[in-house]
Amino acid sequence: MGAIFRREMGAFFTSPIAYVYLTVYYVFAGVCFYLFTLSYGMADMASFFSMLFWATFLLIPVLTMRSFSEEKMQKTDQGLLTAPVSLAGIVLGKYFAALMMYTIGLAIIFVYALILSFFGAVAWGIVAANFIALLLLGAAFIAVGVFVSSLTENQFTAYIISLLLLFVMCVMQELAGLIGDANVPELFQPVMTGLSTAMNAISFYNKFYDFTCGLFDLSSVLFYVSTAAVFNFLTVRVMESRRWR
Amino acid sequence: MIEVKNLTKYYGDHLAVDNISFTVEDGEILGFLGPNGAGKSTTMNMLTGYISSSSGQALINGVDILEDPIKAKANIGYLPELPPLYQNMTVMGYLNFVYDLKKCKLPRKSHLKEICSLCKITDVSHRIIRHLSKGYRQRVGMAQALVGNPPILILDEPTVGLDPKQIVEIRNLVKKLGKRHTLILSSHILSEIQAVCDRVIIINKGKMAANDTLENLTKSVSNINRMVVRLDGKREEVLQAIRRIPGVTSVRADMERENGIFDYEIVMEQDSDIRIMLNEMCHEHGWSIYKMASDEMTLEDIFMRITMGEAVPDTKKPKPIINFVTPEEKKAMEEAKAEAEAEAAAQAASETAETAEEEAAEITEEGGAE
Repeated sequence: MGAIFRREMGAFFTSPIAYVYLTVYYVFAGVCFYLFTLSYGMADMASFFSMLFWATFLLIPVLTMRSFSEEKMQKTDQGLLTAPVSLAGIVLGKYFAALMMYTIGLAIIFVYALILSFFGAVAWGIVAANFIALLLLGAAFIAVGVFVSSLTENQFTAYIISLLLLFVMCVMQELAGLIGDANVPELFQPVMTGLSTAMNAISFYNKFYDFTCGLFDLSSVLFYVSTAAVFNFLTVRVMESRRWR
Repeated sequence: MIEVKNLTKYYGDHLAVDNISFTVEDGEILGFLGPNGAGKSTTMNMLTGYISSSSGQALINGVDILEDPIKAKANIGYLPELPPLYQNMTVMGYLNFVYDLKKCKLPRKSHLKEICSLCKITDVSHRIIRHLSKGYRQRVGMAQALVGNPPILILDEPTVGLDPKQIVEIRNLVKKLGKRHTLILSSHILSEIQAVCDRVIIINKGKMAANDTLENLTKSVSNINRMVVRLDGKREEVLQAIRRIPGVTSVRADMERENGIFDYEIVMEQDSDIRIMLNEMCHEHGWSIYKMASDEMTLEDIFMRITMGEAVPDTKKPKPIINFVTPEEKKAMEEAKAEAEAEAAAQAASETAETAEEEAAEITEEGGAE
């Protein structure tokens, strides 16, 4: 796992991916920080953090799209799969490398908080809670992206599919609202309500929103962590099933 | 040691490898031979754990590749058909990665240095793989397989796409490696197998068609005793004269090589030697021999015969061939042969040659009457 993690990190920085990702992330964060915090003259970063939610969703597929697709394309997966390492080791090596890249980008929020601290009182607890929230969100999203990447040989396909999948996950609460309000015969009303409740329960945004307000909920942490675990497990299964085909 | 038992692989409905079994002893160099798409790479991929078999078992030093893949894989160095190289890494960076990946315990610097000098990539070790030529990439692939000094090496077409000089270099390297490792080498280039392998397995359409040493293969397949003679003299006369020689089962004229000089391909009975009789025949008729060669089976012949089926031993020469044996001639030939045999039985072995000459002379007289 260590060898793969180190190689992945090296690959990020010897290809344009790391530079493109970090540039876009920092520019986006910078613009949002200016627009939603600095320009109001407030030390409140809540709107800034909720904007970063959308940056996460748009940019994470950039980090994950090539992880397995490129290996398959270049046939380098043959080297990995015939080496004495476990499939889980391979998958986690790639997963944590992408998570590391994401964390490097995310750490910028501490710089902004530091800047604010010169002008007013910063609620460091809330900054830390938001950092953890975004980190957990990224951890779940990256697992989804790596999983999609293991399904295809084409990076672009991997990007688009991950984006779609993440989009559905991000707007789950909106969909839940639509379904809950839908005009259906009385008979189906309980079904629709149930569905709506279920969809709200697995909404990434609702859980994220709780965090941004400084509400630390263990069930939300577990939700993100287990999402990551499930998708990493699925990636391992995909890799394994490819050998049997 | 590698033991393969009833290995079978289906891709969907397509049967790629059909019930293959063999063993490779320690220190042996085994050649995997077969036309493209025969199942060589599939078999190697199953041995190295890249893909799973549909049924059957592959044991690497006694460890089942599917039951304990990590332990089994630790014994293997694999060079796939396309070396798994990361294009953006330097050669040294890549080898260091492979070193870490294989959790190698040998001293890092000296081990990698040794491999580099063995594969002759020391002078490119700090260059980026993408900028290397195909030959160098192949050698980096070879180096990658050698990291960790695994007891078993599996090389899938290591010389494909290389120029002749590089082929010789890689071949020499393989020979050198064969002294220290158990080695499986696949190729569709026969001379390569002939040059380095102790034993050959021929795979055709997913089935194992042969599994033997080169010598035994040659013996088992070449049950035909054949030679080629180049003679002047009238074609029909020569043909008839040769047919008269005892031990000759058939003869045919090949292309006209020079003006009035033909090649004759003679098929003889097993263990019969007609060279002296041929000389005497020519002497008698005043013909001259321009060339005489016994036609030995090459690996190409063996390969063709095994992969194309038994019936076509001559497919290697798709030249225009003039076959002069008409049905009547064949009948006459058989009679003559029966006669010669009867006489040969009656007379002592030393006198056999005389009889043949007499008969040959008779035929010549008949032929010359026109």
